[in-house]
Amino acid sequence: MANDPIHQFQIAKLIPIEIGGLDFSFTNSSLFMVATAVGAGAFLYLTTSSRGLIPSRLQSVSEMSYEFVANMLRDAAGTQGMKFFPLVFSLFMFVLVANLFGMFPYFFTITSHLIVTFALALLVIGTVVVYGFWKHGFGFLKLFVPHGVPGVLVPLVVAIEVISFLSRPISLSVRLFANMLAGHITLKVFAGFVTSLSAFGVAGIAGAVLPLAMTVALTGLEFLVAFLQAYVFAVLTCMYLNDALHPGH
Amino acid sequence: MATSKGPGETGGKPGDHDANPRGDDLDRRRRELEAAIAAKRPRPAPDGPASKTSGMTGIGYALRLSSEFIAGVVVGAGLGWFVDRLAGTSPWGLIVFLLLGFGAGVVNVLRSAGLVAEHRIRKPGGEEPPVGD
Repeated sequence: MANDPIHQFQIAKLIPIEIGGLDFSFTNSSLFMVATAVGAGAFLYLTTSSRGLIPSRLQSVSEMSYEFVANMLRDAAGTQGMKFFPLVFSLFMFVLVANLFGMFPYFFTITSHLIVTFALALLVIGTVVVYGFWKHGFGFLKLFVPHGVPGVLVPLVVAIEVISFLSRPISLSVRLFANMLAGHITLKVFAGFVTSLSAFGVAGIAGAVLPLAMTVALTGLEFLVAFLQAYVFAVLTCMYLNDALHPGH
Repeated sequence: MATSKGPGETGGKPGDHDANPRGDDLDRRRRELEAAIAAKRPRPAPDGPASKTSGMTGIGYALRLSSEFIAGVVVGAGLGWFVDRLAGTSPWGLIVFLLLGFGAGVVNVLRSAGLVAEHRIRKPGGEEPPVGD
């Protein structure tokens, strides 16, 4: 555990389960996913259960997060987009709470694994594609043909637009994953400097003040990033859903 | 608050007579409060999160742009490699799709930077642009 900055991302099987040769083990990642879902759900449920007309502090936190996501979705996708509010709000809360849980020492950060964020991104893009085709039929493909492009350029533009569309789940998931991974590694490395420097006696301890200050600053930055990445994830989800709702352009 | 009438008069006829103006007064005050809240609310709604997150959305943009570009290139390269494997056109698929992916990455960046007109604005004349949606 001591100075290995990667160690914190290791998956450990808590309850080994194997069905038909496939590994369905309940890992520490699964545990923290459950904790995230339960934590977010319990927080929202308990803080809003009193339904005070004058909200308590925690209730207003819940209401603010609701309004924050609702405004975001309404701005990006219009009032028609509000039918996707449960999806966007769940994603936002899940990512936010998962990121914030990751800030606890010794906790596992589930969003620092690419497969988790990629599954979330695929959920978003899958929703966009399925809803787009269900609602607009093949008219959804107009998404790839911008209006007013000269005929000669259409194949090129369509190819670029298709690649651009395919790159969305990648950029969506890689951004979240890379930020959480890099942030946690940086924190760990700087924190490791503190311990290894302070092994060198008085001068080392005096020098260790610098990485310690850096660690404190980075912790603040990581809280910002945790919120910011959840925000960016939700905003982009809204924008992609907007494409599913209004593909013609 | 204790008005000039005082709370003791609520019992009889005059109290009834009194209750109406007081109710009206409450209504009026409630309406005023609602108006005040309504006047206040739009200001924090578009401005508050925006101004509060203006620094944050700036960082958000910065984090977004690079990954958008890289994702475009990576997807293009992956697609080219896949096409090559399927069709056996060894370097050409990769070359062509890498270039297309580069283009897609640039489009991604320009779009998320807001430098390319968003889809909705480019609608044909019949549809009204973004606001109504």
